[in-house]
Amino acid sequence: MLVEVRGLTKVYDMGKLQVNALNGVDLDIAAGEYVAIMGPSGCGKTTFMNLLGCLDTPTAGTYRLAGQPVEGLTDNQLAQIRNRQIGFVFQTFNLLPQLTALGNVELPMLYAGVRDRHERALAALERVGMADRAYHRPAELSGGQRQRVAIARALVNDPSILLADEPTGNLDSHTGAEVLDLFSTLHGSGMTLVLVTHDSSVAARATRLVRFLDGMVVSDEALSRNELPGGGTS
Amino acid sequence: MNLYEGIRVALMSLVHNKMRSFLTMLGVIIGVAAVIIVVAIGQGLKKDTMSRIERMGTNLLMVNPGPSRRGGVVQEMTVINLKEEDAVEIAKTVPGVAGVAPEVRGRVQAKYRSRNTSIQLVGTSVDYAKVRNWKITEGRFFDDSEVRGRKRVCVLGSQVVTDLFYGKPAIGEFVRINGMPFEIIGTAAEVGAMWGSPDSTIVAPLTTVMYRVLGQDNLSSITVSARSAEDVDKVEKGIEVLLRKRHRLRPGQDNDFNIMKQSMFLESMAEAGETMTRLLGAIALVSLLVGGVGIMNIMLVSVTERTREVGVRKAVGARKLDILAQFLVESVVLSTIGGVLGILVGIGFSQLIARQSGWTAIISVSSIIYSFLFAGAVGIFFGLWPAKKAADMDPIAALRYE
Repeated sequence: MLVEVRGLTKVYDMGKLQVNALNGVDLDIAAGEYVAIMGPSGCGKTTFMNLLGCLDTPTAGTYRLAGQPVEGLTDNQLAQIRNRQIGFVFQTFNLLPQLTALGNVELPMLYAGVRDRHERALAALERVGMADRAYHRPAELSGGQRQRVAIARALVNDPSILLADEPTGNLDSHTGAEVLDLFSTLHGSGMTLVLVTHDSSVAARATRLVRFLDGMVVSDEALSRNELPGGGTS
Repeated sequence: MNLYEGIRVALMSLVHNKMRSFLTMLGVIIGVAAVIIVVAIGQGLKKDTMSRIERMGTNLLMVNPGPSRRGGVVQEMTVINLKEEDAVEIAKTVPGVAGVAPEVRGRVQAKYRSRNTSIQLVGTSVDYAKVRNWKITEGRFFDDSEVRGRKRVCVLGSQVVTDLFYGKPAIGEFVRINGMPFEIIGTAAEVGAMWGSPDSTIVAPLTTVMYRVLGQDNLSSITVSARSAEDVDKVEKGIEVLLRKRHRLRPGQDNDFNIMKQSMFLESMAEAGETMTRLLGAIALVSLLVGGVGIMNIMLVSVTERTREVGVRKAVGARKLDILAQFLVESVVLSTIGGVLGILVGIGFSQLIARQSGWTAIISVSSIIYSFLFAGAVGIFFGLWPAKKAADMDPIAALRYE
């Protein structure tokens, strides 16, 4: 299993109030799966994504990523896992406005100490169909284009898993569909994807649907793939 | 992330905020420029003073009738213990002596026609001009026979010529000193130095001044020149031994005179100049520190503004150290660019001030190096806290920051 989560619990201590964001989640994700996570606001799906993405550490429970236990790692070790093993795609893109598309894609490699950053960043942009916009700044790009640059950035260090938190939330349906096509293509080429959404039509593109409620997994089902495989990009 | 990358990233974000970066640097620019200017002008003034004093001769010693102390009480009688014979004996017996000028000084009234001034009259021997390195521009200095004959002749300092004669030729004229007419036989070049500047004095033969004008036979001082700078200490010792013997001082008894060396004076002048430069330099350094506070202020603002950026960088794998280095490099780049600009401004301004005021400005390499290093240190010191603040941010909170 690529991801093995057992009894994952996250409690936010707000002074007097203790908020249980996650109440013992068990979940396994195999390499090559395309998992959609759904649930109402406050059900803990974003908290779960943050824990999967090693941006946060759990209060209790265990999380193994590619067999390696993550809890108890130092900040620097977590940073390294985020850098090498995980690609993050955000709802708000989170590109650095002062950098070009290319510069943004180079960013993870900068911290990985990669040498041929320029070539690899261009290749990643090529992969998401943004090579011709490499020298544009985010402000000069449309929402869909920005998200594709963000995906290129997430992919550039060849992560073992791609985490996307509401990746189409800020996009119109057309550009959203383009981004989802891109995800399907990535999935088709063997990438493991976990995607949080509240849109069931987005979730329908995945191979597996996990529903969260009150910090727990309430349903976990495999989706029959009767849609066009690969998102029908042809 | 290596240093080169870090500097590139820092430069990019500084260029992104040109005006703010410049204003932030301004504190450092002014601080560094102030240090450079103060040190340059200070060093220049010191050199000017030293060369003026050196023009008077560095081999001078001055023997003054000093208070000899007995049980801490100044013995009043001792101030009249320096006699002409002491000077004669110094010239005769102390080895290494080049010239001896016994001097008696007093304030007198000098009058030329209707012009009247209170002035210092110096009675001395023929050696005076040589010992004091006093250049006679017109006429001549008095000679031995005039000294022996108590002649009423005198030489005027340059300031006196200006005051009494408005710079017109004075040779052959008579000036009345305390009512007595003195023939002016020479005028001297401007010296402009301290330590009893002879510019505003009238110099006359020792005997004339002692017995005809002031009515006293004790000396105000004896100025001695040594043959060379190396002889000064030997001469000092010789004078001390001689005068103690002549004044019949018992061993253990304090000297009833004191000997000042020009070199000591030179040292104390240099020291005073150095102290002044240090003091002003310290004030300039304070302004550099204030510049550092400005950097810290802007870096704090910048860190807060770029909270999301920190979050993004952390999310894609930046370690604490990477973030710390990024902001630290940024503040050091700010302060060192400010330092370089400050050095240029400082050099420019000290040249300008020197040209406008006629002072000398000596731009020392060490002041450039030190102020540059100090500017860099200011960048590190005041950048550290904001950088630490950025590095310690929680990635999730930073990503959510609006």
